Amino acid sequence: MTPDDLGSRTGPLSRPDLPPAGTAPAVTVHAARLEWQGGALFDALDFTMPAGQWTCLLGPSGVGKSTLLRLVAGLAPAHADSRVTCSDGQPLTGRVAYMAQTDLLLPWHTVYANVTLGARLRGEAADRGRALALLDAVGLGDAAGKRPAELSGGMRQRAALVRTLMEDRPVILMDEPFSALDAVARLRLQALAAELLRGRTVLLVTHDPLEALRLGDRVHVLSGRPARLDAPLEPPGAAPRRIDDRRILDLQAELLARLAAAAAETA
Amino acid sequence: MPGFLRPPVTLAMVLLLWHGAYILMGRQSYLLPSPWQTLETLAARWSTLAPHAGVTIVEILLGLVLGCLLGGGTALLLALFRPVRRWLMPVLVVSQAIPVFAIAPLLVLWLGYGLGSKVAMAMLIIYFPVTAAFFDGLRRTEPGWLDLARVMGGGRLAVLLRIRLPAALPAFASGLRVATAVAPIGAVVGEWVGSSAGLGYLMLQANARMQVPLMFAALLVLAAFSVALYALVDHGLRRLLPWVPDDHREA
Repeated sequence: MTPDDLGSRTGPLSRPDLPPAGTAPAVTVHAARLEWQGGALFDALDFTMPAGQWTCLLGPSGVGKSTLLRLVAGLAPAHADSRVTCSDGQPLTGRVAYMAQTDLLLPWHTVYANVTLGARLRGEAADRGRALALLDAVGLGDAAGKRPAELSGGMRQRAALVRTLMEDRPVILMDEPFSALDAVARLRLQALAAELLRGRTVLLVTHDPLEALRLGDRVHVLSGRPARLDAPLEPPGAAPRRIDDRRILDLQAELLARLAAAAAETA
Repeated sequence: MPGFLRPPVTLAMVLLLWHGAYILMGRQSYLLPSPWQTLETLAARWSTLAPHAGVTIVEILLGLVLGCLLGGGTALLLALFRPVRRWLMPVLVVSQAIPVFAIAPLLVLWLGYGLGSKVAMAMLIIYFPVTAAFFDGLRRTEPGWLDLARVMGGGRLAVLLRIRLPAALPAFASGLRVATAVAPIGAVVGEWVGSSAGLGYLMLQANARMQVPLMFAALLVLAAFSVALYALVDHGLRRLLPWVPDDHREA
């Protein structure tokens, strides 16, 4: 199997009943100040996710990547002094979907009930046809009636991806969503996510430089305390990019150098 | 040894030990009857035992159902309302310092010699384990699920009903198993303190009249019912909560 096979899944994915790109806004976080364990995690940090693009965030552990993502998600700690604005002037609340490192599937529900959880939590009717079409598209058509415990890690994370898509939100926040998967499943799911989330404003927090370069339109490294952002890398071409592309591998070397410097600076 | 052989082998060992003790104590059935004598008495006095057993079983079942409802309701209130948690939780914990056995005579005084005081006894003895287990389960919801629900825009009640409550059911089941095991104790203690019917009453009467084989027969009936009830509840819970992994189930 070549990396290209892993990267390009066509066919069921180009179905017309999959969600349209829509008009995703750019999102800016103004993290004025956030105290954490006696120090300032953020101090006057401004961070923008361009409209309809993937922004990837890397950096040493504990630098505040996930916290920044949680600020956007509205899961900020109570003492956070921060503001999130959208380019279209509308509030962000209710326009975000969230995908975490663990699949967060509810063990007592079937896959179908899990991917339609959002609608039931809001007291809305679930769109059954769309759920089944999306499950089909990620290769879980036969698993709709199964419980999460019966699925492999890759299948569970695909179910979590469908649950995220079912929310049909313009802004998607992903906190290391593929890190628990084996290499092949990770490449597959990256390609799937790139295809299914095209046109949305995506924030991807990751530890994997290659993943960031494969998927991101902009790749930032967050470093220091209080944390600062560097000028982003902008890998050429459309995601999912080939992992054997010379330019991507060169950028990976550059990114690794930046990460090493960031780790030294943050420690 | 295959697993299914273990219960009969264990039972045979217990019976052997029992019979050994009977021989050691000089074969005096008014002190300790042999297993066989107990079974004989059980068969001969079944018409006496059955109505008393019926009374005790009703007490246990009523106490169990009401105690679980009360405990479950309390746990929900504790989880939902912070003031309830702040004011009621210390009271609940301190209340456990009072032995239920000590207030048994009071319950008989207040509720009479009939069913009421025994059901109240069983309820009291299982109320705390059920409340504590269920409340603990409600508090320990996986934080990621709550984050997810919040981003999805779920309201407080919806999150409670669709996520926190089902997530706490395995903990509630643990509490229910403990309750099932101790509810018979509550009922029998209630009967000892003051009653006119039930296995506890019968045991007390038989003891006073040196009818020790009858006492043992009553004990046997009580034990058999308790074990059967526990097995039934355990089986039912496994059927109702099929997603709970096996190592969680063994309480």
